[in-house]
Amino acid sequence: MDLKEKIVSSYVAFEDGVNINSDIHEIRTEAFQNFEKLGFPSKKLEAWKYTSLNSILKEDYSIFPDKEKSITLAEVKKYFIHDIDTYKIVFIDGKYSSFLSETTHDNIDVCLMSSALSKKKYKLVIENYFNKIAKQDNLTSLNTAFSKEGAYIHIPKNTEVEKPIQIINFTTGEESATMLQPRNLIVADKNAHVQIIERHQSLTSNAALTNVVTEIFADRHSTVDLYKIQNDNIAASLVDNTFVEQQSNSVVSVHTFSFGGNITRNNLNFFQKGEHIDSILKGITIIEGKQHVDHHTLVHHIEPNCESHQDYKGIYDERSTGVFNGKVIVEKEAQKTNAYQKNNNILMNNKSTINAKPQLEIFADDVKCSHGCTIGQLDEQALFYMQQRGIPKKEAKALLMYAFANTVLESVKVPEVKERIMKLIATKLKVNIGFNI
Amino acid sequence: MLKIENLQASVDNKSILKGLNLNVKSGEVHAIMGPNGAGKSTLANIIAGKEEYDVTNGTMELNGEDISELSPEERAHNGVFLSFQYPVEIPGVSVTNFIKTSINETRKAKGLNDMPAKDMLKMIREKSELLEIDRKFLSRSLNEGFSGGEKKRNEIFQMAMLEPKLAILDETDSGLDIDALRIVANGVNKLKSKDNAVIVITHYQRLLDYIVPDFVHVLHDGKIVKTGDASLALELEAKGYDWIKEEISA
Ligand SMILES: Nc1ncnc2c1ncn2[C@@H]1O[C@H](COP(=O)(O)OP(=O)(O)OP(=O)(O)O)[C@@H](O)[C@H]1O
Ligand SMILES: [Mg+2]
Repeated sequence: MDLKEKIVSSYVAFEDGVNINSDIHEIRTEAFQNFEKLGFPSKKLEAWKYTSLNSILKEDYSIFPDKEKSITLAEVKKYFIHDIDTYKIVFIDGKYSSFLSETTHDNIDVCLMSSALSKKKYKLVIENYFNKIAKQDNLTSLNTAFSKEGAYIHIPKNTEVEKPIQIINFTTGEESATMLQPRNLIVADKNAHVQIIERHQSLTSNAALTNVVTEIFADRHSTVDLYKIQNDNIAASLVDNTFVEQQSNSVVSVHTFSFGGNITRNNLNFFQKGEHIDSILKGITIIEGKQHVDHHTLVHHIEPNCESHQDYKGIYDERSTGVFNGKVIVEKEAQKTNAYQKNNNILMNNKSTINAKPQLEIFADDVKCSHGCTIGQLDEQALFYMQQRGIPKKEAKALLMYAFANTVLESVKVPEVKERIMKLIATKLKVNIGFNI
Repeated sequence: MLKIENLQASVDNKSILKGLNLNVKSGEVHAIMGPNGAGKSTLANIIAGKEEYDVTNGTMELNGEDISELSPEERAHNGVFLSFQYPVEIPGVSVTNFIKTSINETRKAKGLNDMPAKDMLKMIREKSELLEIDRKFLSRSLNEGFSGGEKKRNEIFQMAMLEPKLAILDETDSGLDIDALRIVANGVNKLKSKDNAVIVITHYQRLLDYIVPDFVHVLHDGKIVKTGDASLALELEAKGYDWIKEEISA
């Protein structure tokens, strides 16, 4: 049985575990029909031209992993940002782990999607926001159809959350391949401010496939900073679908750090529904072997006087492949838009590849839109210079790569996250040097 | 200190060094002069271990040890320093962090721990004062947007920090104004001792007014064709190279 059939035929079993008489379930079943019609994306679709999921769709995934293995904090501590106090919403094989979590209902709601979907208290927020901006495409529909658990974060107006929130999904899948469909909702009301760290981590050498959907709503004057740490093991693949809707004067930043994993696809979509909005999309990709990372970004400028800043850096070694597809739409009404897009890549090797494509659709005439894409190699002259000063080649390369990627780190606001990313880069590049540039 | 015999080297099958001999002892200062394209920078690069050249013949010893198989960093760890004719810009790496990394990697290679931050700061302060370098300069990206003279001064600052055994200064004087030339030359002289050696590659006498050479060599067409004392540089300044070329072809 192929994966689609398996998923489709297991839907009835899924329905056993949810309230099928709810409004939510209507949304689910509609999405289910949509997925049944569309199936998984193939390379024939323009948006999937350079990313094939075929190799990972062959696995015999368990769709309702219930053999949850218990894990100790000591085993997984390293995957947390643990040197500062944080809220934590942690899932093991898609199920909430109260033991590893630290949630709250004290003014702010940092809790579970499952309770938000079932409790009256959250009904209004769910009605207003759930599945309102998630695209109705194949994989988002698949996630919506099975949406049941994930992180629910609601920050009421004029609240500055004093510590970051970590969302971590662990996969243990001891016995078989595991497929997960986490569903997150983040709502920042007027003048609310929140920082979130998101991570998907597989603890098994069995295949894991995570298809996550996150919807973010940023009301007027709010700020949301989301840091995605993608450093999973080589048997784990990720399709990350993130949708952001912003109101006037809000600032939302998403930083995506992609170092690990097998196939990683990031669909990051911003919709600007007001004026004086700033949207920041940044990423560092450092991969090797046969790893594949695909960034598909969309910024939809709908109203005037808004900005977007994109800065993606990629370093590809061995046979790794990268994709950057950055789409910017500027509607006719969106005068005085300032849309900036930069994508710089280094190929360490003549076997690695990057497919980079900016897509600008501009219907307004008084706008500033820039895009720059470069593909190059490390500067040999600079390497020799550094070696001459006693810095070994490997370290010299690492330092050059770090300097290259550093513009992305400059805007990371949580120092511990920045520190962690620097360490991950050093580990990834197998060097032991500080990058305190 | 450095002993080169019959060095022959080429790049892309083009022969550049054609049997070069050079013997530099501790405590000595050697000047290498010669027309454009003679092979001076090539020689400097080969001593420093640049890999794009094919060394087809000859030997190269540093303190009695064959260095021809060593990587550039290993040569640096053994005390070789090359002040580049064209220092490379490294965006995103500050002068301070670069020199710290440089010193600590050199210490690591010798089995030493990182230099304590306090000592490092003190040393940076002292050496930047010696070369009259503005502190603000040290937090800028290495060589990025530096003027020609600033780059050269920064090379000698790094040399002062690393305290090499064998320093090769490839046209360090070019781009320096009159005051900077004096400051940089004084810096080099302060570092000179009986235990180290300096090779100065230059086109002009003015640097040699400050850094007085024990030997002056003329490199022409891949070979050292004439060696003399400090007065040879003066003679070259007055007469150019034609008379030497005539001497050779005679
Ligand atoms: N990487 C290279 N590829 C091709 N030719 C080279 C390379 N390096 C040096 N050469 C050639 O070798 C010759 C010697 O060059 P080199 O830079 O050593 O001269 P130089 O004596 O330092 O000259 P100048 O006084 O102008 O600095 C020149 O003809 C130069 O073009
Ligand atoms: Mg030269």
